[in-house]
Amino acid sequence: MPNVASMLRYALKRLISLLISLAVASVVIFAVIEVAPGDPASFMLGVNAQEDTLAALRAELGLDVSKAQRYFNWVGGMLMGDFGTSYTYRTPVSQMIADRLWVSLPLALYALTLSTLIAFPAGIYAAARRGKPGDLTVMGATQLGIAVPNFWFAMMLVLIFAINLRWFNAGGFAGWDQGLWIGLHSLTLPSIALALPQAAILARVMRSSLLDILGEDFMRTARAKGLSRRQALWRHGVRNALIPVLTIIGLQFSFLLAGSIIIEQVFYLPGLGRLVFQAISARDLIVVESVVMLLVFAVITVNFLVDLAYAAVDPRLRSRT
Amino acid sequence: MSLLQIENLSLSIHGAEILKQVSLSIDPGQIVAVTGESGSGKSMTALAVMQLLPNGAQAQGAIRLEGQDLLNRPEGEMCALRGAAVGMVFQEPMTALNPVKTIGDQVMETILIHNAMPRPQALARTQEVLTRVGLPPDRFPLSRYPHELSGGQRQRVVIAMAIALRPKLLIADEPTTALDVTTQAQILDLLKGLVREYSMGLLMITHDLAVVADMADQIVVMRRGEVVESGATTHLLRNMQHPYTRMLFEASGHQVSLPRAADPRPLLEVTEVTRDYRLPRKGLFGTPGHHRAVDGVSFALNKGERLGLVGESGCGKSTLTRAILGLEEVQSGDIRLDGQPVFAGHRPNLAVRRKMQVVFQDPYGSFNPRHRVARLITEPFHLLETPPAGSERQDRIAEMLTAVGLSPDDAGKYIHEFSGGQRQRIAIARALIIRPELILFDEAVSALDVSVRAQILDLLAELCATYDLTYLFISHDLRVVRTITDRVMVMQAGRIVEQGETEQVFANPQHPYTQTLIEAAPVLPDIGVNVA
Repeated sequence: MPNVASMLRYALKRLISLLISLAVASVVIFAVIEVAPGDPASFMLGVNAQEDTLAALRAELGLDVSKAQRYFNWVGGMLMGDFGTSYTYRTPVSQMIADRLWVSLPLALYALTLSTLIAFPAGIYAAARRGKPGDLTVMGATQLGIAVPNFWFAMMLVLIFAINLRWFNAGGFAGWDQGLWIGLHSLTLPSIALALPQAAILARVMRSSLLDILGEDFMRTARAKGLSRRQALWRHGVRNALIPVLTIIGLQFSFLLAGSIIIEQVFYLPGLGRLVFQAISARDLIVVESVVMLLVFAVITVNFLVDLAYAAVDPRLRSRT
Repeated sequence: MSLLQIENLSLSIHGAEILKQVSLSIDPGQIVAVTGESGSGKSMTALAVMQLLPNGAQAQGAIRLEGQDLLNRPEGEMCALRGAAVGMVFQEPMTALNPVKTIGDQVMETILIHNAMPRPQALARTQEVLTRVGLPPDRFPLSRYPHELSGGQRQRVVIAMAIALRPKLLIADEPTTALDVTTQAQILDLLKGLVREYSMGLLMITHDLAVVADMADQIVVMRRGEVVESGATTHLLRNMQHPYTRMLFEASGHQVSLPRAADPRPLLEVTEVTRDYRLPRKGLFGTPGHHRAVDGVSFALNKGERLGLVGESGCGKSTLTRAILGLEEVQSGDIRLDGQPVFAGHRPNLAVRRKMQVVFQDPYGSFNPRHRVARLITEPFHLLETPPAGSERQDRIAEMLTAVGLSPDDAGKYIHEFSGGQRQRIAIARALIIRPELILFDEAVSALDVSVRAQILDLLAELCATYDLTYLFISHDLRVVRTITDRVMVMQAGRIVEQGETEQVFANPQHPYTQTLIEAAPVLPDIGVNVA
């Protein structure tokens, strides 16, 4: 099958560009953070620390070797799963990140799933009824969804579903060892709060992309074949409208993974956002570096997946370079 | 009983009157051509038969297919008719197909959506019908996507979709307007053959009178939503009654007489020019291939000479034009204007640039809609070291607008206030305003209606007399090139295969490709022009 071969060739090309991006990103992150003024050792020990104590701490933290050496130590360690030791907590960074990732990753995926589930039907519905009351209602709702900040949604959700109805806890994370259902249950309110504004954006993108497609010549061809308006929309419209929507979904996932710090705060969730925030305040550079690198990895990987999705949707991209 | 009967069809869209009392009829096996200029309502008539009118359309009168009224059919029944009893082919094959579905799926969809037959038979019918339109599955597998086919091949797919269920009526809306002449001839032959084979009625919408004269059994001439004249082709062509019909035929075959070129000194010299484009790599580590768009082209254009360049899409016309304009550097060869190279070092030579101007095809896309005409036509002034200012600038604007048949008062207007023909006049004014040595007309009259085109050609002949123009006229329209140029070059696959005096090349083409081109181009019958 030539289609499979061209798809594989395309995937391989994207994979190579992914690896190059990661290498470049690691150098940039290391340079920016290491070049920034401020010595973690003196920060940890305070201004009155003795010079020999400082030197001992620097040696312990691995700060006494050359910059290049430190870069390779850092990258080499990450490749082996060793992200170093936190300056402040003196625990392995990999463990800290792993704990937080178990909250942030499911939260992001949960929110993204909800947002897609809301946005696709809403966008398609609005596009199919352009200018009619249904469209206006959806557009009005999405306007509201974009305008209102997500922490306000979060507080309203807590007020209604946790305090009044008592269906959910107001905050905290039960942990996955209690069972999948319990874990998901405690992530539901934050996911909804995160998903609503994203869904509003996504629905608008879906609608406008679909409206563009509805004006295309091939939609008229489809109608001339005998397809009803609805059949033409579903069979020929939706898949063509997906490209800009996939782009937005990719961007949203990257944002949700680390950008949910306010929501994490509102719901007392031990997520990545809070970890970065605390690490930056404490000048815990090794943690900041590692989390940022992880996020870059996530963003680049998501872009890679989005690229693959483009090619799956649109055969023209497979034959192009 | 006629297959299709349209009686007193009137149509308005949001209150604006589009069609007035249109009547026509088509018998099985008959080809009826509806012709007229843009805005005549010919496409709306076709869409009314399909009941695919834009929102806000209100139709009165009657459209009957085999005696059954179509105008008041519920949408569900129309869906059952479309594609099964009536098929339709559109103008733009490049966009008429869904880019993300294979051609097999798209043709088969016509069959499956009407539940005409179970899937295995539908697949067999798909293969059969694609073979019939000239795309046998052994060479064009059903798994091909539209972007893997040429324009002509895509139009064949659209035709296959339309005839898959052997409809009684086929509607073709400008089916060959976007295609090259040789492809056009093939598609027209295919349509004629299908009409005969299936005894379909064919309602053909086209602005090209030569195509009409060649194809149709009956002609319907429309203007501003009304039928002005209709009848059997030979009869109508012999006895044109309505002045509009006569005007159309006259304008289609419009001839201008160019003044003699004065001074035979070479102005533009193109020597052994070659331009390659890199193709995408085949494998990951394979070396990228090359496509030679322009291949060792040499010619000279004398001062005061009008040179034509003809050829089909993809032959390298546009690449050559871009190279002459200095928009792209060529790999080898030399392009000089007045002895100076268009590329100095690796940068476009500004001294040469200000001696050349270009007029493009699209009178709508080539202007900034937010600028007034005065600013639009003085754009080339930025090429000058000391652009005219103050009253001198005003005088130049007024002179140019007058020269192209507009009024100096038009300088304060925006481009949307002008029609397509007027816009092309403004484009010519913009090109002329710095008195360039050379003008390139890139398909400059191709998008215009025949009557407007005739006026623009007259304008060019006039300007040749006043300003002693030298131009390179690039077009796929052989009729236009024949009248508006002194000398012509024929380009095929990046090479100039023939060049010579225009009249001589057309009357006695030497290269087989030139012969094919001239043979494929539809010809206006003499009868009509003589009457007028």
